[in-house]
Amino acid sequence: MKIRNTLAAFAMSGLLLLTGCGDSSDGGTAGAPASGGSGGAISVFAASSLTESFTTIGKDFETANPGTKVTFNFAGSSALATQINQGAPADVFASASPSNMKVVTDAGNGDGTATTFVKNQLVIAVPKGNPKGIKGLADLTRSGVKVALCAEQVPCGAAAIKALAAANVKLTPVTLEQDVKSALSKVKLGEVDAALVYRTDAKASAADVEGIEFPESAGAINDYPIIVLKNAPNKAGAQAFIAYVQSDKGKAVLTAAGFQAP
Amino acid sequence: MTLDSDEAPGAVRPGQVAPPRRARHRRVPVALLLPAALGLAFLVLPLAGLLVRAPWSTLPQRLTEPGVLTALRLSLQTATLATLLCLALGVPLAWLLARVEFPGRRLVRALVTVPLVLPPVVGGIALLLVFGRRGLLGMWLDRAFGITLPFTTTGVVIAEAFVAMPFLIIAVEGALRGADTRFEEAAATLGARRWTTFTHVTLPLVAPGIAAGAVLCWARALGEFGATITFAGNFPGRTQTMPLAVYLALETDLDSAIVLSLILLTVSVAILAALRDKWITSP
Repeated sequence: MKIRNTLAAFAMSGLLLLTGCGDSSDGGTAGAPASGGSGGAISVFAASSLTESFTTIGKDFETANPGTKVTFNFAGSSALATQINQGAPADVFASASPSNMKVVTDAGNGDGTATTFVKNQLVIAVPKGNPKGIKGLADLTRSGVKVALCAEQVPCGAAAIKALAAANVKLTPVTLEQDVKSALSKVKLGEVDAALVYRTDAKASAADVEGIEFPESAGAINDYPIIVLKNAPNKAGAQAFIAYVQSDKGKAVLTAAGFQAP
Repeated sequence: MTLDSDEAPGAVRPGQVAPPRRARHRRVPVALLLPAALGLAFLVLPLAGLLVRAPWSTLPQRLTEPGVLTALRLSLQTATLATLLCLALGVPLAWLLARVEFPGRRLVRALVTVPLVLPPVVGGIALLLVFGRRGLLGMWLDRAFGITLPFTTTGVVIAEAFVAMPFLIIAVEGALRGADTRFEEAAATLGARRWTTFTHVTLPLVAPGIAAGAVLCWARALGEFGATITFAGNFPGRTQTMPLAVYLALETDLDSAIVLSLILLTVSVAILAALRDKWITSP
């Protein structure tokens, strides 16, 4: 009796904890990087599609400005927007879509207006060697071709819907992934035959996947806005970092990663 | 289990008056009460946060949004199937760990807890590497039978069972080790085979432990997110369970994510509370 009650109580409390855990532990990850507020630390919240290029830019920036330390929090733009609006101590926000930037600026958490610093567009990612011989969007509807798309709630999914509509292609994917990296990983693991991802993501995984360009992606180009945050602990550092991203050196890194100039 | 059998060993001893039950509840030490209250607050406050922030005015129309019931039904179905799978495989494994001496038992016991330690997303990748289309077993399943598990409802059940089974095994093994083995020995001396002893003596003896383990297992399966979305993907009606729907709602609409979370919590707490009453009152 006693043991049973204890276990039942344990089970109930476990339930409350665990159902909550599901989201937080797997979702956005890592809260705010600690920023001491002292001169050199700059905390940048950036969309996960910027992971490779911003990491490089951050290192270059630190080299060019001795004494500075750039820390990144890479996650889905919407998760970042939520974290910022909940008071995370970030200096810079770089979003993969204007809509997530709007969430932050509408809440009055932006300092000034956001500027578009790059554009990105979709490609069809297929496993290296393109075993299914995919040449365009229409090939994705062939039977026996498994396709992963991003869920429409995330920017790459919204862009995919636009591109498919522009091509007048009706497609039933096997999965609607929560972000572009997980859609890409399904291609890498061979679980799907193709996925619509950003050109930059395909390029970053060039060892495993090929990116196939298709004309309809021109109708679904994604703008990436960047902004200094209103409650930034290090505003001067934030402005310097954004200026560096938009400098020729920053642009070179972004272009090499597959981004287009705005 | 009845109340009597729970307290049978040691309860009736000659010359000893059983202490009245209430006496134990008379003084609650502050040293225990304070951390207990803090512990409860810690567990319940986040729930209160959800309740405070919930968009009560638009609740009815959000509840009837298409997809909500589909995701809820899928969640309840898959969590229940995953629990049944865990019971079928986990109880025998717990029995093995508790009752049979074999080399490497400690290692096996540690291995059983791997899914607890593994981040669920990594668990999902690991499942893909085994059961995926190019996985160790999956490749063979695909070629021999044309069966692919990723992106199917079966895949959801497998992902949930993988993550939830340790909860069941640990609870049942603990119950088995705490159970009085004299009953099993008595059965054996009366000529019962090991299988008969297991089904007629051991199982009834640890039924509360199995029930508690099954509840934990079911609850964990119901809240499972990372392994599910990685292994089974996300497609409404097929693999999109409530936690996945909550996560995606969070991308665009915090309010509807909160509503979905509250639905999941309400339904699961109601089911668990109902089951718990049943166990305690039934003879």
